[in-house]
Amino acid sequence: MPFATPHYIFSLILYLFYDTIYQKGILLINLDKKALKRESIILASLKLFSSNGFHKTTIPDIAKQLNMSVGNLYNYFKSKDILAKELLKYTSETVGAEIRKVNALDTSTEKKIKMIVELYFSMAKERPEMIEYFLRVYLSYRDVFKDGCEGMLCVSGFVTEIMIFFDNGVECGELRDQDFFSAFGLFMGYLGGMVFLKGEEILPNELEAYIDDISYNIYNALKR
Amino acid sequence: MKKLKLLWLQSLTCNGNSHSFFNHPDLFAILSKFELIYFPLIDTKYSLEDILHKQLECDILIIEGSIKKGLIKNGVDYSKLIENYAQEAKHIITAGTCATFGGVFKEYDPERISGFCFDKERVKENFNSYKDKLISLPGCPIHPKWLSYVLQMLGSGNTIPIDKLNRPQELYNITVHTGCSRNEYFEWKIDTKGFGHKEGCSFYEHGCQGPYSRGSCNKILWNDTSSKTIVGTPCFGCTEPTFPKERLFFTKTNMGIPATMPLEVSKRAYLTITGIAKSFTIKRLERNIIDYDS
Repeated sequence: MPFATPHYIFSLILYLFYDTIYQKGILLINLDKKALKRESIILASLKLFSSNGFHKTTIPDIAKQLNMSVGNLYNYFKSKDILAKELLKYTSETVGAEIRKVNALDTSTEKKIKMIVELYFSMAKERPEMIEYFLRVYLSYRDVFKDGCEGMLCVSGFVTEIMIFFDNGVECGELRDQDFFSAFGLFMGYLGGMVFLKGEEILPNELEAYIDDISYNIYNALKR
Repeated sequence: MKKLKLLWLQSLTCNGNSHSFFNHPDLFAILSKFELIYFPLIDTKYSLEDILHKQLECDILIIEGSIKKGLIKNGVDYSKLIENYAQEAKHIITAGTCATFGGVFKEYDPERISGFCFDKERVKENFNSYKDKLISLPGCPIHPKWLSYVLQMLGSGNTIPIDKLNRPQELYNITVHTGCSRNEYFEWKIDTKGFGHKEGCSFYEHGCQGPYSRGSCNKILWNDTSSKTIVGTPCFGCTEPTFPKERLFFTKTNMGIPATMPLEVSKRAYLTITGIAKSFTIKRLERNIIDYDS
């Protein structure tokens, strides 16, 4: 029965549904291209906002950097404020994803503290725009974020992982049970402050030089 | 239709489940559908002597109280007596958390006291012998209508869908949280200021175990009127194999994060949702429901 061969059946399906398969394929390729373009806008604007400041950076500046038209950029982000909020979510998710990897490790809280300090400082060095955006845009231009990024709305990716880190630390008996924000402020305020000082060129040494001391200080401040 | 014969036996018990059942508004109508051959707290056709010395026919055996091997009460070995009738009965109902999982009495002698077929959540050796006719009804005490639901289903020849611990799905496949009038406060993470208040949720600071306790307390109300969580007392999780826990009016937290999550909710999912919910202030929920000064 030559008609029943797999090759014949496959050819028949292809013939019958050619239009649908072709259209869906094109659609998927377009979706992928759109997602990539969107990410390239995020990465470029992060760098521009962080280095030039929020108000000095315009949508045409970002479009020019990417060799795209201003009109096309607005197809991806309807306004500069919307883009600013998306950047905050992006940085929060990116840092959160790194801390999530640390949370998943089967190791002591003391070691995890050092890993988080390392990854935070490493990110501040390798991708400074990620941390700078938070410190110099989000914390400085609160008006931009007051509608749509209330409380933890745009930073939950990062804060959730820190919560899980603290929860695990208390649950396993290594960390002292205390108010979340007193611990959060001590940990993240400390790291953010060091990166800010580095950005102001006040620190005499590179950030890596402080990893051991800072990890030690944080652990001793939080331990049971 | 022939009435099913009902036998109620007690082991280590405070009588709480019996008394709860006596509060059923339709108690006599329900009992009239069965032939009550023995019940320790009310006059019945047969006495304890008869139960002991005759092998009476029994369709439904209700067990109340924790099981302790070799327990002698009034000269009677109750674990043997219960086992004897359990073998003959067509249906077995363990009424209450003590009879089902061990409950409060288990705390006294954890090694020797357990439920009839379960020791907390652990399955006992006799489970295989009874699993096809066992209905678990945990609760401290059981709601009278949970028992009447089971009795009426059995009396009318219906099959009761059960879960892996033999609990009726109709009653235990939801949590106590389901239907609680404070759910809006739970959604927006607003804790109650104290016990008995109309406003706020007891989950965050006051020990409420409703989101991780199976039961229909807020679907089938107590006294047809209310429930503990509605009146402002935390749910103690009395239907759970782990009951009783310590510090019932206190929520264990790790840096403000509840140590126990709502049933089958991951900590990451919970913290993401709660973090966002906490970011907003809903002024209506900050106000008293009734302003007594106006």
